[in-house]
This record gives sequence, structure tokens and C-alpha cells, in this order.
Amino acid sequence: MSKPQILIVEDEADIRRFVRIALEKEGMTTAEAKSVEEARIDSATRRPELIIVDLGLPDGDGKAFIRELRTWSNIPVVVLSAREREEEKVEALDAGADDYLTKPFGVPELLARVRAQLRRAALLNPNQPASPVIRFGNVRVDMATHEVTKADEVVHLTPIEFRLLAALVRGHGKVLTHRQLLLEVWGPSYVYRPHYLRVYMANLRQKLEDEPARPKHIITELQVGYRLACLSDGP
Amino acid sequence: MKAMKEKRPDPDQLLKVVSKELKQEGRGRLKIFFGAYAGVGKTYAMLQAGRQQFEQGVNVTVGIVETHDREETKRLLEGFSQLPLRSIASQGRVIQDFDLDAALSSGANLVLVDELPHANPVGSRHAKRWGDVEELLAAGIDVYTTLNVQHLESVADIASGIIGTHVRETVPDRVFDDAVEVVLLDLPPDDLLARLDAGKVYVPVAIEHARQNFFRKGNLISLREIALRRVADRVDADVTSYRVSKSIETVWPTRERLMVCVSAAKTQERLIAEGIRLAQRLQAECLVVHVQEPSDSDDASRESVRFLAQQAEERKAEFINVPGDDVAEALLECARTRNVTKLVLGHGTRPWNPPWRRKLFERITRANPELGILLVAVKPPPRKKRYLGRATRPDFHWGSLALATGACALTTLVALWLVRYFDPPNLVALFLLNVVVISLRLGRIAAIWAALLSVASFDFFFIPPLLSFAMSDTQYLFTFALILVIAWVTSAVGSRLRADARIALAGERRAAAVARVARDLSGADKSEQIVAICRETIAPLFEAKVALILPDSTDRLLPSKEGEFADLSVAQWAYDHGQRAGLGTSILSAAEALYLPLKAPIRCRGVLAIQPQNRTSLDSPDDKRLLEACGSSIALALERIHFAQVAQETLVRMEGERMRNSLLSAVSHDLRTPLTAIRGLAETLEQATDLPRNEQTEVASAIRHQAEELQQLVTNLLDLARMQSAGVRLDKQWHPLDEIVGSALSRLGPALSKREVRTELPSDLPLLEVDASLFERVLINLLDNALKYTPPDAKMLIGAKAVGRSMYCFVEDNGPGLPPGDPEQFFKPFVRGQKESAISGVGLGLALCRSIIAAHGGTIRAEAAKPAGTRFEIRVPLGSPPGIEEEDAA
Repeated sequence: MSKPQILIVEDEADIRRFVRIALEKEGMTTAEAKSVEEARIDSATRRPELIIVDLGLPDGDGKAFIRELRTWSNIPVVVLSAREREEEKVEALDAGADDYLTKPFGVPELLARVRAQLRRAALLNPNQPASPVIRFGNVRVDMATHEVTKADEVVHLTPIEFRLLAALVRGHGKVLTHRQLLLEVWGPSYVYRPHYLRVYMANLRQKLEDEPARPKHIITELQVGYRLACLSDGP
Repeated sequence: MKAMKEKRPDPDQLLKVVSKELKQEGRGRLKIFFGAYAGVGKTYAMLQAGRQQFEQGVNVTVGIVETHDREETKRLLEGFSQLPLRSIASQGRVIQDFDLDAALSSGANLVLVDELPHANPVGSRHAKRWGDVEELLAAGIDVYTTLNVQHLESVADIASGIIGTHVRETVPDRVFDDAVEVVLLDLPPDDLLARLDAGKVYVPVAIEHARQNFFRKGNLISLREIALRRVADRVDADVTSYRVSKSIETVWPTRERLMVCVSAAKTQERLIAEGIRLAQRLQAECLVVHVQEPSDSDDASRESVRFLAQQAEERKAEFINVPGDDVAEALLECARTRNVTKLVLGHGTRPWNPPWRRKLFERITRANPELGILLVAVKPPPRKKRYLGRATRPDFHWGSLALATGACALTTLVALWLVRYFDPPNLVALFLLNVVVISLRLGRIAAIWAALLSVASFDFFFIPPLLSFAMSDTQYLFTFALILVIAWVTSAVGSRLRADARIALAGERRAAAVARVARDLSGADKSEQIVAICRETIAPLFEAKVALILPDSTDRLLPSKEGEFADLSVAQWAYDHGQRAGLGTSILSAAEALYLPLKAPIRCRGVLAIQPQNRTSLDSPDDKRLLEACGSSIALALERIHFAQVAQETLVRMEGERMRNSLLSAVSHDLRTPLTAIRGLAETLEQATDLPRNEQTEVASAIRHQAEELQQLVTNLLDLARMQSAGVRLDKQWHPLDEIVGSALSRLGPALSKREVRTELPSDLPLLEVDASLFERVLINLLDNALKYTPPDAKMLIGAKAVGRSMYCFVEDNGPGLPPGDPEQFFKPFVRGQKESAISGVGLGLALCRSIIAAHGGTIRAEAAKPAGTRFEIRVPLGSPPGIEEEDAA
């Protein structure tokens, strides 16, 4: 497999610098863009495997760029944003971003997210048929038979709980916003009742996590959404 | 030295001049074209002057001009911009009149408004056109207007006498005196009559009629004389004011105070007008006093007093209604308390005055010879039918006659029984007793009736010849007369006592009401409480709907729930102008309610709207004064609340300032420490290129650690700033607690990984309504504290339980425990357990926790854990979580 190319869209030179060094050290190639305009050109001409976008750019809104990108490409997008702007993150995710990092972030965190997104993209490769059996930790989910086991014991899930789990599985590695999950599992009339989602998510954690208060797989992104992490493929 | 002293002007006078000048600054200028009679060419002169201004580039518009079909005038009107007239439907007819609002919004600098004394149709904002003109002037618009001398208030009465018809449309003299310029248009009577004959004044049809009535030469001469004199007075006043401002005159008279004493009759209006004119001449203050006698309690008297009070107030004189049964005494008392120097009394020639009743002025001069008395000849008020024969007497009932009859019958029966033992003359005393009792209890009419009955019955049953009204002994005539006189005298005493009691009771009730309102208001410290007092205490007092209408910060009155009945536009007018408006006033009197501006010493604080159940019930001067008293109490209370709030805000600001200062010093220390370390370490890496590899890594990780500390500090600072910024809105949603705990633990992830942390969260914990990121910040700070201040082997525990209506959430460690001292101190900003420790953090953490939890309506406290360590306990109210539809069975 050739070296994956990552496009870094960020106006602050020092941030671009350390991100570039970190990624290149991991054996990836990078391209840098300082503005939305440059990003638009580079994303189309260079065909990167992943794009890291800072939301605050001098000549425009990162969210608009993502929305535009999503009209012709589904390559993974990781968003960089400041902590105070929870709504901005949600908007970016709803616009089509896959994950986000809150400034200031550390290099290990950045690399973990980038690797997870690349792996996910590889798994979604249409050339490879999706496996009906998913595993994370000691949990095994059979998407075909709706059978869920934890440490080889059958776990009984209600239909909504299973639909929720299935949604998480389909978007694994990606941060799914409250809105996206509510729409997918409950339908449009429930979009403004996030407590439904929280209650069912708590139930899922109770049933599937070893320590529900310190979950390892069903991760809460507070005020933003949820993500299913550490998926391991294979039967 | 002496000369200097004499030259010093009276400050009061000077103030008057200055205030007049001030008043005119920003105010429009009024120019009056003044004449003695119609036809001298006032309107013509006004239009010419307007045209002159117009040609000089002034934006002139014609408000209203009555041409009286005069050709010259009509011609002059051509080419002017004219405001459209307002059509008002009044009493089935449509009247065209001057449109004040159009004039105000026309943008003109000068408006020509003919006929200043004109009475506006019912339903207009001001009763008279001069009210409209005053509003135009107040809005800074210049006005040219016309006026005939007979319409001046002080002249109207005399003029009425000359012309022979009552002049109703009058203009207060102050409008005339305050005008910047008065142009007298004078035309000798002969010239006018010539003009009249030439058809220049009226269309020919009306000429003959006018000549026979108004335009008699004698009339014209008198009116001209008055007009000339009045203008001369004004010039005189101008000279005085000039003298005052230039301090030419050296001696000024001491201040006089005039008291006009009126009785309850509408004709006394003349006395008020005369008194006020005199006061103006004397440059004295003027009071109008009416003594409310017990006999004045009927409706007609009340109506007259109300009318007089209104007349006095319209002329800017204070009206006082004093209760009392002796007019002279009450007047003297009032004069004494108000430092009055002169009394103005009406002097009517009554057809017959009993010789023992001394005239009022005689009694007053005898009691206080120092008081100056001015007698003004007025038509005497109709003599009150004080005694018998009035069915509306307050203490008369047909029932009392029946009772008296019954009592007499009973007395007769008792006497018939007693006559066996006593001689008849002794029984007279029994009848007398009966009459006295009846006269004291049942009033004069019943007393006289009882006296007559007693006499008749005594004569019939006890005086020989018995059982006949004939009388054998004339001695008994004397007895009968005596009984009648006693009945008369005792009933007089009785009715006076009752009247006194009634007056005292009414006064007492009012005093008690005012005291109650004042007491309630003094205890109020929120404007909502004042609203409640208006509703609960003041409304029943006047049997009216009462609403307090308060302004917002931009001086617009805000609608309120209580004030639904109120017309906000009228209220706003009252508020803006600081004048009463609406019901019972001369402004917008068609309104359903009275709007009383609440004037406090500093400024107007709002408007009190009062809608009485029947329209006349607020008219009595007593009620007005009571209302005034309540109004000023409310205004004072509002102002007090306002300033208490201002003081409170200042305190808060000062406290905030103090906090900010200590924050700045603490933050600058705590920010500089990690920054210094980062900079030093980075420079080390930069320069010491020969550093061994493992030391390089150590330096780099130290930089990272310091940066993380800095991040924590900045996050706390930003959160604290957000919590303390005004109007912080929490993004409260329903969350399961374990989700927030999980998020906090994962955020602290790497730092916590070497520690043993347990969670104790029951799976059935109810949802909690919190701002998740702020609540997470609380948990992170508590955990971070435990990390910093406990040895690496100490264990931590996070738990929660729901008890009653609260959720208790705790973070515990088994470290060395709290340092000695009150644990509360750690929640104050910038206090740390260990002073001068190397561990960074300004001690903001716990202060932030406390303000976040307080914003959620909860509490947080620190205590010693058992058996060792520290325990932080958070209590937040549970609220009622939203329901979740049950899922169908799987």
C-alpha cells in the first residue's frame, strides 16, 4: 500500500508544522493548505486520503468547505476546533466531518484519530464485502441474526437498543452526533429529545461495557455525540 | 458696603427670571397678535408676519385660520402650506378642527394657529386650543396666534359684564404673560365701526346683528381700554424682569401670601379669579380655601366644591378643603398654619342677617387684627336651607318619625300608670326626658315631632279637662313652650355632635388609609410588592381599579397584567409631561381612567392608573388629595427601591473589582510560572544540541506537562469568566450521571491511569438536569485536586445516590485529608491548602465548582472522609425528569 496522503488545512504555521512532522514520522505524506481556496484546489487535484480541517480559516468557513467536499467525495475529514464552540463541532459533524479534535490537542491523540479514520476508510472499501459479524472487546455482534454476545454469553437487547448499536457499528470510528443518531434510530420527530438517546445509550453501556462509568468502546463525546471505538474486524 | 448689600437682587426673583429664560431655551416662541375686539386685523397681521418669515426661508405652515370669509385674508392665505384639518364626530355632527399631531409631525418651525381661546371638541387631547399651542411650544415649535382681550381669564368676568354675555372660552393669563412677544393691534372704535359698515369685518348679513350687540361704541371703548391696560401691565412686567436680571432695583417687598376663602357655590368662581388676579398684582402666592361645614355634605355642595377646586387648580392656585364647623375659626387656623398675610373674602349683601350673627370678616378681624382682609363684592351664595323641611337631610328618615311616635305612645302609657301616684305637672319631666332622648338620637325633625306629640298627648290625657285638647290653666302654655325649646336646643347639639363625629370619622379613615399605605410601602423593597400594595390597599380605598405602570430603561411605559384597562398612550403622555391626564383632568378627559404621574424628587418614576367604578367618584378634593398623597408615597417608594438597587449594583461592582484585582495578581503569578518553565526548557533544547537523547526527552515531556497545566488554568479561568459574566445561560439538559462521570474520567485519562479510581453509580440513578460540560468541569476539578494533593498510592472514589428530591454526588480520596481550618475557605477564589506550593493552579478550581453548582441551584461542601482523606459532596435538586415512552416488548 502506498503512503497515504493527508491534506492539512490550517492557517497557523506552527500547528501545520508539528502536524506535518508527526504524520510524516508515521510514514504518511502531507500537503498543506492555508485557506479554503487552497484547500478546495488541493482536495480536487491531489486526491488525499484524509483531510484535517481547522474550522476557523481566514477566507471562509471550514464547515462550508466540508459540505462542498461531501457533494463529491466521502474521504475522511477530521476537524480541529476550540473547546468553547460545542455547537460548531456538532455543525461540522452534521455537515459531514467524521471526527474532531479540540485545541489544544496532543500528537498521540491526533495520530490515533488519523489512523482510526484511515482504517475505517479501508474497511468501507467497496471492493471488500462487509462482514456480518463485528467484534469489539469481548462483545460479538452478528448484524445478520441480531445476536449479541458478551464474553460468550447472550445479551438481550430491545429492538431500539439493537438499532442504536447497529447505527453505532455502521458509523464506527466516526463521531455520530445526537441528531444523526436520533434521526436514524427514532426518526425525525424525536430530534429534539436527546434524553431518549442518552437513556438508551446508558442501557447499552450497562449491558455491553465491563465498567459502564468508564466505557472503553461506547465513548461519550459530551454535548456532541457518541462513537464506537476499538472495533476489531473478523469473525 | 451698605450700597453693595442693597444692590444684591433677591435670589427668588432672580431665579424666576432665570427659570423663565431657561424655560424658553429649547421651547418654541409664542407670538400673540392681541386685539381689543374682532375686526382689528389680527389674523391679517399674523398671516403677514408669517409670510415675512416664510420669505426669509423659515418653514412656516398654517395650522388653522378662520377667514370669516374676508377676501383680503383669503388672498393672504394663498401660497402657504396648510395642514389638513382633523374631522371629529361630536354629538352627531362632524367638526373640522386643528390637527395637533399633524402639526407636531409636520416638521414646520413655525405654525400659525388662529383663535387661541377656541374650545376643542369633546374627546380632543386638550380641552382648549391653548393647550395644543403649549404642546407645540414644548416641542420646540414657534407659534403665531391671535387673541381678543375678553378671552383673557382675568378679564373675562369684567368683559362679560360689559358685553352682556358670559365669556366661556378663556385663556390663562400665564399663557399671555409667558409669550415672548405680544403685538397689540389697535383700532379706534370709530374706525372699526367704519370698517364694519364697509363689510370688512363680517359678511353683510351679519353686520346689523353685530352692531346691535357686541359692536356698540360703549362696549368697544371699554374693551379697548382694558386691552391697552393689559398690554401696559405686560410691558411693566417686562421692565420688572429686566430690572431683576440687571439688579437695578434695590429694595424688594417681602413675600405676601393671599388666601381666597370661598363657600360652596359655583358663583364663587368669580372670587377665585379676582383673588388670583390680586395675588398676581401683589406678586403673592395664592391659596384657595373652602371650609367644609357639616351642612356642606349634600351632593350639590360637593359638586360646587369640586368645580371650585378645578377652577383654582387650572389657575395654578392650591385648593384646600378644611373640615370644620366654625368657618371663622377654621379660616384663622388655616391662615396661621400657612403664614397667610391677606384674606380675600366674598362680601355679599344678604337680605337679612340676624343681629346676633356677626359677619365673618368682623369675627376674623376681631380674632386677628393683623391679618389684612380684602372684601370682594360677589353675589351671595344662595342661603342654605339649614333647618327644617329638607328631605335629603342626612339624619332624616321616615322611620325616625315612626320611632318617635312609638316612643311618645309608650311614654304616655307609662305616664298614665304613674299618674295614680304623681301629680300631672311632675309627669312633664317624663315627657321632657323622652323628647331629649329622641332629639339626641333621632335628629331634629323627629325631636320637633316628638315635642308636638308630647305636648298634645300631655294636654289630652293629663290636663283638665281630660280627654280633650282644651286647657283650663294657661300656666301649661309655658310648659309646652319649654318642651319645644328644649327639643330644639338638644337636637341642635345632637346633630352637631353627630356631624362632628362623621367628619372626624371620615378624616380618621383617610388618615388611617394613608398611614396604612405609607406603612406598607415603607416595607416594600421590590417593585412587585408596590404593585401588590396598589392592588390590595389602594384599589379598595378608592373603589377603583388601580394599576402601576412602570417605564423601561428607555422611558417607554410597559404594559402590565394589572394595567390591562389602562390606555398606554395617555399614560405615556402623563409620564412624559409630568401632568395628570385622563378622567377628571383637562387633558384627554374622555379617557376611562385617571393617569397620575408618580413624581419623586429626582424624576418621574411611573404612572398610576385609576379607573373608578363610577366616573365621578374621584372628583372630590379630599379624594384627590388622598390620591396625591398615595401617589407621592408610591413615587418615593419606587425611587427608594431604585436607589437601593443602584447601591446594591455598586456594591457588587466593587466586590467584582476587588475580586478582579486579586485574580489578576494571582493569575499573573500562576500564568508566568509555567510560561517561564516552558520558555526556559525550550531554549535549553534549542541551544544544548549536545544533550544526551534521554535528557532531551525529559526536557520535552516537562514542556508538555507545563503546557497541560497552563491549559487547565486557562480552561478554569475561561469558565469562571463565563460563569461570572452577566446573564450566563446554562445549557441544561437531562443527562445520566454516569455519562458525565465517564467523560470526565476519560478527559483526565493519562493522568489518572496510574491511580486507582472506583465508581459507585447505581444503575437506577435518575436523569439529572445539568449543563453537562460545566458539570464535567466540576468533576474534573475535584479529581484534579485529589490528584495534586494526595500521594500517588491514594485511592479515589466517585459516587452518587438519590435521596428524596436531591442527588448527592461525591468525590472521595483516602489521602492526608484537609488542612486545618474551615473547609469553606477553599471555595473562595485564590485560596490554596498549601501556601507557596510548587503545585500550580490559582485555587480557582473550587471557586469555579461552587459557582457552577450554585448556578444549578445546588450546594457543594468539603469534609473529612472516614476513616481518612477528603470528601467533596455535591447536592443538586433532582427536578422531574421527562418521561420516556415504554418500548414495546422485544
